[in-house]
Amino acid sequence: MENFLGLLSFGAEGWGDEIASGVGVTVSLALATLPFGLVLGFFVALAKQSEEPSLRLAGNIYTTIFRGLPELMTLFLIYFGAQIGLRQFLIFIGVETAIEINSFLAGMLALGVVFSSYASEVFLSAFRAIPRGQYEGGYAVGLSYGLTMRKVVMPQLIRLALPGLSNLWLVLLKDTALVSTIALSDILRQTGIAARVTKQAFFFYGTAFILYLLLAILSGLVISRIERFGQKSELAR
Amino acid sequence: MTDMALNRTAVERPPAPPRRWTAGRFWGNAVVALWVLIGVGFVWYLASSWNPEFVEKYGPRYWSGLKVTVSLVLSSLVAGALLSLPIALGRLSKNRYIGALAYAYIYTFRGTPLLAQVFLIYYGLGQFSNELKSIGLWGFFRDAWNCGFLAFTLNTAAYQAEILAGAIKSVPKGQWEGASALGLPKLFTFRKIILPQALIVALRPYGNEIILMIKGSAIVAIITVYDLMGQARWVFSKTFDFQAYLWAAVFYLIVVEILRNIWAWIEARLTRHLIR
Repeated sequence: MENFLGLLSFGAEGWGDEIASGVGVTVSLALATLPFGLVLGFFVALAKQSEEPSLRLAGNIYTTIFRGLPELMTLFLIYFGAQIGLRQFLIFIGVETAIEINSFLAGMLALGVVFSSYASEVFLSAFRAIPRGQYEGGYAVGLSYGLTMRKVVMPQLIRLALPGLSNLWLVLLKDTALVSTIALSDILRQTGIAARVTKQAFFFYGTAFILYLLLAILSGLVISRIERFGQKSELAR
Repeated sequence: MTDMALNRTAVERPPAPPRRWTAGRFWGNAVVALWVLIGVGFVWYLASSWNPEFVEKYGPRYWSGLKVTVSLVLSSLVAGALLSLPIALGRLSKNRYIGALAYAYIYTFRGTPLLAQVFLIYYGLGQFSNELKSIGLWGFFRDAWNCGFLAFTLNTAAYQAEILAGAIKSVPKGQWEGASALGLPKLFTFRKIILPQALIVALRPYGNEIILMIKGSAIVAIITVYDLMGQARWVFSKTFDFQAYLWAAVFYLIVVEILRNIWAWIEARLTRHLIR
């Protein structure tokens, strides 16, 4: 038991500080992906519910591709694809250097497009739940399209989309584990290194397991607070 | 025919207003053009780097990888479905402790990454090889395929239990009461009245779960199982040819799209009595 506590201590012998930095990477990657994915997903949803057929087609192609590919495959395609593409481009313009794509950026991009393709579906069904009269009311009092969107539709949209989006946040948090395969030092990679060095695989992977569980519980608490905040302004029916 | 009818009554309709180039139309066309460009570029890249030697040498590998993926997903889905029954019943149980236990199981497996679960079983239990040998289970845990199968089964059982429990709960209480008023036994009511209605509710989530499993199964490539992704990784490490991944991506997309369409067809077929 003391032996295990020693393994988790912060210091030269323990792996506590390494694992803590892994938690930091996981959380910051998920937090950095969230706004990017939300904004992209919102615009894709706008495209998919537009009256313009070409916009709808473009949005549907986007979701079909990124919901159909395994997340790991998307990650590899972006990470290796960008690397090879950039190298080809540099050779093409006559520069020959070895380049490394930032794996944090590649992870953020890959997780972001996957997140946004799912989020667009959530936003789309929320859009459909808002009656037309809300837009017409907005126009009738002289609000522009943008203002109607921002002041009338968005506040209702967010409340409707919140349960779906909080589910997606939990999925995103779990998907960050995949970036350990492109050499980003997240929880799983750091505990994996510790496991290999100390030969205590079960203990360290178990630690990673519990850390992810704690993150999920923590997110659950925050999400339920946000939901309560959203319900406060709801009409008493 | 409609033209003639219109001519006879000689209705003069104003011409349809011209479709103007709104911002939405412009961007829609621009993005579709971009997709077309990407698609053409993609096909051109695959066609220009088409190499009979590559296909002959690695084609069978992709085929075997596809078979591994499908068999792994199929077997863990079936095993997970069996395992999910007692868990779903536990989730619905009136006993507080059994309910909490089932909830804890579901929460644990849904709250942690599948990759962490796979690592915990494959590498974590590998540490206890001597103990496992002494009870005769080492033969099972030595094989990466088995470990992937076990992790996927435990994982999908949690998801399927939640789907099943939610679907059974969605059937109105009146259905139970009506059946008991007719004097039907409990088990019969469940089998013939509750379950058929619940499964229709569960149909869509089950389809999503199958697709999620196919996509999720790609991670067994990391623990050296040669599924579709594993073969793509192997071929890429040998050739450094990016089309290794592109072909696997194409195959994954095809499999998922076929499944999605089959499932949509099944759903339309089974719910045709519900269309009002």
